[in-house]
Amino acid sequence: MYELEIERPTTVADAVSALGGEAQLLGGGQTLIPTLKQRLADPEKLVSLSGIADMQGISASGDTVEIGGGTIHADVAADGTYAALSELASHIGDPAVRNRGTIGGSIANNDPAACYPAAALGSGATIVTNKREIAADDFFQGLFETALAEGEIVTAVKFPMPQQAKYIKFVQPASRFALVGVFVAKFADGVRVAVTGASNDGVYRWSEAEAALSADFSASALEGLTVSSDDMVTDLHGSAEYRAHLVKVMTARAVNAA
Amino acid sequence: MPKDTGIGAAPKRREDVRFLTGTGQYSDDISLVNQASAVFARSNVANGVIKSIDTTAAAAMPGVLAIFTGEDFVEVGGNPAGWLINSRDGEPMKEPKRPVLAHGKVRHVGDAYAAVIAETVEQAKDAVEAIEADIEELPAVINMKDALAGSNYVHDEIETNQCFDWGWIEDNRAATDEAIKNAHHVTTLDLVNNRLVPNAMEPRCSMANYNAAMNEYTLYTTSQNPHLTRLLISAFVLGIPENKLTVIAPDVGGGFGSKIYHYGEEALVLAAAKKLKRPVKWTSDRTEAFLTDAHGRDHVTTIELAMDKEGNFLAFRTETMANVGAYLSNFSTATPTFLHGTLMAGNYTVPLVYVNVKAVFTNTAPVDAYRGAGRPEATYSIERVIDKAAREIGMDPIELRRKNFVKPDQYPFGSAAGLEYDSGNYDALMDKMEDVADLAGFDARRAASEAKGLLRGRGVNAYIEACGIAPSNLVGILGSRVGLYDASTVRVNATGNISVMVGAHSHGQGHETAFPQIVAELLGVDAASVDIVHGDTSKIPFGMGTYGSRSLAVCGSAIVRATEKIIVKAKKIAAHMLEITDSEVEFNDGVFSAVGTNKTVSFGDVALKAYIPHDFPIDAIEPGLEETAFYDPANFTYPSGAYCCEVEVDPETGKVTVERMTAVDDFGNIVNPMIVTGQVHGGLGQGIGQALLENTVYDETGQLLNASYMDYTMPRADDLPFYAVDHSQGTACTHNPLGVKGCGEAGAIGSPPTVVNAVIDALQSGGNNVTHIDMPVSPLNVWTAIQNA
Repeated sequence: MYELEIERPTTVADAVSALGGEAQLLGGGQTLIPTLKQRLADPEKLVSLSGIADMQGISASGDTVEIGGGTIHADVAADGTYAALSELASHIGDPAVRNRGTIGGSIANNDPAACYPAAALGSGATIVTNKREIAADDFFQGLFETALAEGEIVTAVKFPMPQQAKYIKFVQPASRFALVGVFVAKFADGVRVAVTGASNDGVYRWSEAEAALSADFSASALEGLTVSSDDMVTDLHGSAEYRAHLVKVMTARAVNAA
Repeated sequence: MPKDTGIGAAPKRREDVRFLTGTGQYSDDISLVNQASAVFARSNVANGVIKSIDTTAAAAMPGVLAIFTGEDFVEVGGNPAGWLINSRDGEPMKEPKRPVLAHGKVRHVGDAYAAVIAETVEQAKDAVEAIEADIEELPAVINMKDALAGSNYVHDEIETNQCFDWGWIEDNRAATDEAIKNAHHVTTLDLVNNRLVPNAMEPRCSMANYNAAMNEYTLYTTSQNPHLTRLLISAFVLGIPENKLTVIAPDVGGGFGSKIYHYGEEALVLAAAKKLKRPVKWTSDRTEAFLTDAHGRDHVTTIELAMDKEGNFLAFRTETMANVGAYLSNFSTATPTFLHGTLMAGNYTVPLVYVNVKAVFTNTAPVDAYRGAGRPEATYSIERVIDKAAREIGMDPIELRRKNFVKPDQYPFGSAAGLEYDSGNYDALMDKMEDVADLAGFDARRAASEAKGLLRGRGVNAYIEACGIAPSNLVGILGSRVGLYDASTVRVNATGNISVMVGAHSHGQGHETAFPQIVAELLGVDAASVDIVHGDTSKIPFGMGTYGSRSLAVCGSAIVRATEKIIVKAKKIAAHMLEITDSEVEFNDGVFSAVGTNKTVSFGDVALKAYIPHDFPIDAIEPGLEETAFYDPANFTYPSGAYCCEVEVDPETGKVTVERMTAVDDFGNIVNPMIVTGQVHGGLGQGIGQALLENTVYDETGQLLNASYMDYTMPRADDLPFYAVDHSQGTACTHNPLGVKGCGEAGAIGSPPTVVNAVIDALQSGGNNVTHIDMPVSPLNVWTAIQNA
């Protein structure tokens, strides 16, 4: 790790004012700290968000659950208000990761194989920042790309709770990130299907499946659909064809289990 | 006899108390006053010409004490190969120099071309980044077939990438060819034995201290064999006299072969410590471990099995390309040859075996012995082709194996691959396996799996290995440049407790618990009064270290021999104390008695007397009670086993789940059955890891694509089933005093073909015409095989 400064503000406002220059926001650090240790990043300063009380915690109101950006995965896993989301959180990484990593950090990083982006997009969540609210459909913009502006902090994520939902991931055997993960959520006005791990463009909605499932929420509704392997990721653990195949298999399993 | 602590007892491992409470002392835990840190500059290209290395800016960085490059080691020797292999045409193998630091060319990603010594690790890292190295990248030699065919050489001076072209047994070549040509049925299989990264939990670490006043060096290092490391440094690389160099391998967190070898980092810290007159430490990070620890396996093989119309084996013929990487590591030429070719008859009476191995230099990390070392490759080839053959001729795979087994009345059995098996009973192992694995219940389990939409398969395997490495006379004839005996000193202290200095090194094997059981058994004392001393060349007589499942069979035998000498001497002292002749002394359960009388002296009395000998007859009895023995085995030992694996395969995703794993092994006599079971568990974990998960992938430019745990799949607890392990069918080794065979590698040898056989069986049961999948049998590879079937 290169030498750096670290600040631990206790309010969002202080965090914002601490940014500037080569400063870098630090959430739970589950991606950033290993990157720093390998000397793959060289920020002058880290601004840690973990001391900001306003960004912690989970609250439910009506059909919406709001999760502070600094809330760790283990707390979401233990909460259970939004069962499919809690179950997803309970399978992120390992206990050490789940007790440090945060939902805000995961969403802001937008790793193309991370689980939370699928939940946010699949649920039609709203990402709350210190400046505005952003619909998940507008937030995720490709590999590690989001709508966040420089210095913008994810303070909370608001999830509308569906009637039925399920996340199924087929893990990449080494990292146990999602090789393909599918989040299916059935709302009164239709079904959303979000896919992570598969596409070269990061998390995306599988609109054909959404249409089919909105008409008939059963795995058999998917039978006639095909998933193109164009733009799917090919790596050591999965070819584009394999990932395309798994998208359909995992979607069907999510529907069956929802 | 204290049966709770002697041979056959199962006390818990005493060393685990310190390991589990975080009080073990590993190399990196040792820090010396005024210690400096070494960090290496490593090549990020696989093949390149070093045009220039400018260290000016780096040398001026804060805290920098010294910088070394390959130029500094031009005058010293290379790290040698320990085993000379001659090619079929009689030519000796090619042995290009392996320097301490790369000089002239870098030959694999991670090849070190410079080292910075600084006050702190971070300062040294900063300075490494400031070294300006002009390295002209050249096309990399990666694929072995291309390496043999092409004219782009890893080592220009040898003008070939072929290290050797070895035939075994060359005199049988024509007869084997003829047998295959005329056979009723020949089964052929092309397979890859996947390359593995050892991934010891503790990365390598080396720290050197130099005492200028005494001109003495101490090297603390992660080694499986500190004496061998000292010998290589002294005799070949730096020329430090052995009596001026102490090598200490303290607690070592796993080796699996990768810490047998001497590495350049050890020589570098020694040279740096002398230059700076300060202790210098280097600790590998995990990325360096991936890039520079000697890898394992990496064979590409075609195997043929010829049979008559009854299914009797007539011949095995294999053609193998074995990757040795960019440089020869110390055992890398023995692993694919005499630890592989000599096992190619398996457990079978097959009359003809011919093995051709071409060892190939590539721009990859060196490849050397890794848990099993050659024998997993042999077993995998044999047991996969037998399974394929059984399917082709429509015979049950267990029946086909039994039909060709060496039978109990055939020992000693001279195998067609040149070894003499001393004992075994392969049918008894198979019988036991069928029982323990509940083969009778398989059909019901398969039906239950199918009801869930899953395919269930069953694979079996029979293996033999040669361990207890090794009879010095035989391995000398075969090309080994060292003898492979071991040594022990048993020191009975005046107060009766016992220190046993051993040449074997314990880094997971449980020697500190098992070895005292031997001494306790022979002397009739409590094992708790016996301590093992290992890992320090200044404390132990000599030793060839721990690898090849040799510690108990070879070093354990040395302990027996030394303890027997103790008994002879103690009897003399007891006779003196009892005022009788030596031949009138009986020794039982720790008590010396005069035959036919009730006069006795205890072992403790004799020990005390040995050190306070006011009245010894000066010509007849020397004071003291300490004996040393060197033990050289008469033959290899031959553990064998019968394994069974049941898997479930999800045909939609290709995911394989190991549902049941049964290992029935013949390890001969057992000293500590709990430790044996643990060793088998560990081996099975690594074998299942190789079969299902692990692979080491270089791209065509020589970049290691999975040099971290984000992409290199290590087996984890939830990838593994609960095991059924049985070692009740032991047949004693006939040529060592304990009758033991060795258990450290068996699980890793027996399990890979068992798992793959089970996966093929599962896929076939689902109507998929899949006859082979190369390891790892990953979800992607299984799914792809199903699509292509």
